[in-house]
Amino acid sequence: MAGLLLGLSLALTPAPLQAADINPVRFVLPNGLTVLVLEQHALPLVQIHALIKAGSAQDPAEKAGLANLVASLLDEGTGSRTAKQIADQIEFVGGTLAAQASEDFTTASARVLKKDTELGFELLADILRRPAFPEAELKRVRSEILGEIATEKDDPGQVAAKVFNELVFEEHPYRWPVNGTEATVPKITGRDILIFFLRQYRPNQTILTIVGDITVEQARQLVTKHFGSWKQGASPVRTARTPRPLEKPVVRLIEKDLTQSTIMLGHVGISRTNPDFYAVTVMNYILGAGGFSSRLMDSIRDNQGLAYGVGSHFEANLMPGAFFISLQTRNERANQAIAGVLTELNGMRNAPVTDEELADAKAYLIGSFPLRLDTTAKLAEVLSLVEFYGLGLDYFTQYPRWIERVTKEDVLRVAKQYLRPSNYALVVVGNLAKAKVTQKP
Amino acid sequence: MSLSRWLRTPLLVLPFVLFLWPGTPVQASTVRESILANGMKVLLVEVPKAPVVTVQIWYRVGSRNEVMGRAGLSHMLEHMMFKGTERYPKGTFSRTIRKNGGNDNAFTSQDYTAYFENLAADRVELGLELEADRLRGLLLDEKEFQLEREVVKEERRLRTEDDPQAFLVESLFAQAFLMHPYHWPVIGWFPDLNAMTREDLKRHYDSYYVPNNATLLVVGDFKADALLPTITRLFEPIPNKPVPPPPAATEPEQRGERRIIVKREAQVPFVMAGYRMPNYTHEDSYPLTILESILSNGKSSRLYRSLVYEQKIALAVGGEYSLLQADPELFYLYAVVKPGQKVERVEQALYRELARLQATLPTAQELQRAKNQVEASYIFGQDSNFRQAMLLGQAETVGAGWRHVEQFLERIQRVTAEDVQRVARRYFVEEARTVGILIPTPPPPKSAAQGSPQS
Repeated sequence: MAGLLLGLSLALTPAPLQAADINPVRFVLPNGLTVLVLEQHALPLVQIHALIKAGSAQDPAEKAGLANLVASLLDEGTGSRTAKQIADQIEFVGGTLAAQASEDFTTASARVLKKDTELGFELLADILRRPAFPEAELKRVRSEILGEIATEKDDPGQVAAKVFNELVFEEHPYRWPVNGTEATVPKITGRDILIFFLRQYRPNQTILTIVGDITVEQARQLVTKHFGSWKQGASPVRTARTPRPLEKPVVRLIEKDLTQSTIMLGHVGISRTNPDFYAVTVMNYILGAGGFSSRLMDSIRDNQGLAYGVGSHFEANLMPGAFFISLQTRNERANQAIAGVLTELNGMRNAPVTDEELADAKAYLIGSFPLRLDTTAKLAEVLSLVEFYGLGLDYFTQYPRWIERVTKEDVLRVAKQYLRPSNYALVVVGNLAKAKVTQKP
Repeated sequence: MSLSRWLRTPLLVLPFVLFLWPGTPVQASTVRESILANGMKVLLVEVPKAPVVTVQIWYRVGSRNEVMGRAGLSHMLEHMMFKGTERYPKGTFSRTIRKNGGNDNAFTSQDYTAYFENLAADRVELGLELEADRLRGLLLDEKEFQLEREVVKEERRLRTEDDPQAFLVESLFAQAFLMHPYHWPVIGWFPDLNAMTREDLKRHYDSYYVPNNATLLVVGDFKADALLPTITRLFEPIPNKPVPPPPAATEPEQRGERRIIVKREAQVPFVMAGYRMPNYTHEDSYPLTILESILSNGKSSRLYRSLVYEQKIALAVGGEYSLLQADPELFYLYAVVKPGQKVERVEQALYRELARLQATLPTAQELQRAKNQVEASYIFGQDSNFRQAMLLGQAETVGAGWRHVEQFLERIQRVTAEDVQRVARRYFVEEARTVGILIPTPPPPKSAAQGSPQS
């Protein structure tokens, strides 16, 4: 047993070879629809996942929430089915149909048993191609979204994130919440919805990914049958600019009578297509994305007992998204926690990481790669993102190599370049009298 | 209720709910059961579809096995299980798993405490080795305990104190169970957390962390014949020991509705109604599972159709029932009241849906839909090794046995419309109801909020 132990503690680099077995077939229909198919025959189920290249970043500022409202209405009635009929049909076979907008894109997917594959295609095509946006459903769904926005005020994490994004993104569309605001959602009209839909929901703006117990040939036939006559549209113009970095620290304190202060600190980060993405991934793992092996978790939770969780995140979107560190600690400890966060941020910039930290981070990122691809739903999602960001279908063999290539010098360089402990946005939501935050707005 | 060491659970999924259901003639995976000489049960399922594996060890101990004044002990011990053994000192457990490309964590519920490692298939021995090590050699260092207590208190603030709906749920369970340990929350109350000692933890660990009180599961890409000798070598030398008897307290019959009101700062009211229900030991658990689906599964369910879609008085609705509980639990319904709507009206609307089920048989279409949903949900659940292992582990640990999973679907298929109506009439009665209502209050005036600093 001692021998076994010794061997394992050496952290052998796990062989990521099996991940290379993921070989999707890609083809493009004459109308421009990009299709990816991955056969997985272990279980009788099929996941059909559409990604439409339009999200809240395409919302007009005064109508923030438009992309989300469009997505929310897709399954609320089509030319040939009422909202009730859609729900009845998919749920009768135990399947699910879901649509969701995010900043840069919207997804709509159907998950069905193999025997219901045809129905899955039919319903997904119907809601993507022929949504009717009935006035009554629009009224109801809009009021539900407004209700959801109201209830988000009870979640200090949401309150902090919204203010944080306003500070970090200033005039950039990543500034507003995907579901909009109390001011903008009521302004969205049926006409706005229809125009957005007609402009953005086009086959040449869509990636359709199919994973499951289906052959490429079957998938090709079903795709052609249900999506082949979908009319191509003009490629919409994308005008979004890169968000500007902050020029000085900005602090916003929000009073809420809670036992904990929710703390969010950060600034603009990187885009997914930034060539430094992999070096940043390794650096961020060591800083705060590596769970219990990250520096932040070690310091803030394990050595100071300040928080249940703490982590750092780079939202690597189409445009540079946010970098942030977030945690919750009891109000009286807010300053100690903020100081701890800044110490770790500076630490990453001031000295190279150790050989062990680097090796451990790479071993995790490479070794856990197959775990991120172990269900049909995860595979469909990752495949469609690989296509969306143009990472190339050799991504599954390349990823381990890109991570492996990162050096200590790279980590230090990207820490210095992408972490800015002097120009950050800090948001604290909590009982301010108790928190007595020393940074002043 | 289930708490994990690190992951946050979705807001409205309250007591433990798994939306995957067991047992199907469709491609059921073969479970290989072995019992080691010391009484430890081992369940192995070979799933060669991806080069990954999940290792899980489930202990039959949760908040149900705690005593008044020490609520939260099982969950606290779960946290301490990561704080080191002689062989693997503090901080090395998760680091070792991670540098081998794996993820690990744990979760505690009313009935169980479970630990898991998800790994590349060629690292399966590492997970087994680490679990065998901490099953017998936990250090329970006093200083680490003092520090971790603060972490758990932060967890309680995060999950319960600062979350109005979770706060209401906790109050509701305390009302619905007066004697049974389901009375207290898995995470424990602050005074109990403060009173807990290292000796309490040591006693709990020594009593319940024994091989004859554990089930080990491995699901994924491995060969059972090759792995079993390794498991035997690692776990069989660990001595067994009698385990304390399960809690004796049974909850007496409820004689009249109980109501709990929580008033605190919130945006909208929230209403819940819980009814005491039998668990897997009772034949009625199958029609109750179907009833749950008819009532609350999806946009075609009755609660959604009525309260959200037709009447437009709720933002979200739901109903939860899990038959895989060690003791009889609650079936509860809830609704998030839409801004501007009256909470009384929403509460009555929930009862009206129950009354409809009592008065009229569900349609053939509804019954078949519920059965299809249960079956599809099981197959979708098999897509994940982790979920498969969880289902087997939960069934085994609450006392149903993993074979319950295999026969479940068949029993579900036999449920009739009359069965659904019968259980609706039998269990959803006002006398056995516990109602919880969150009434929002405005934020305190600014001067008051800032005028009384106390530390």
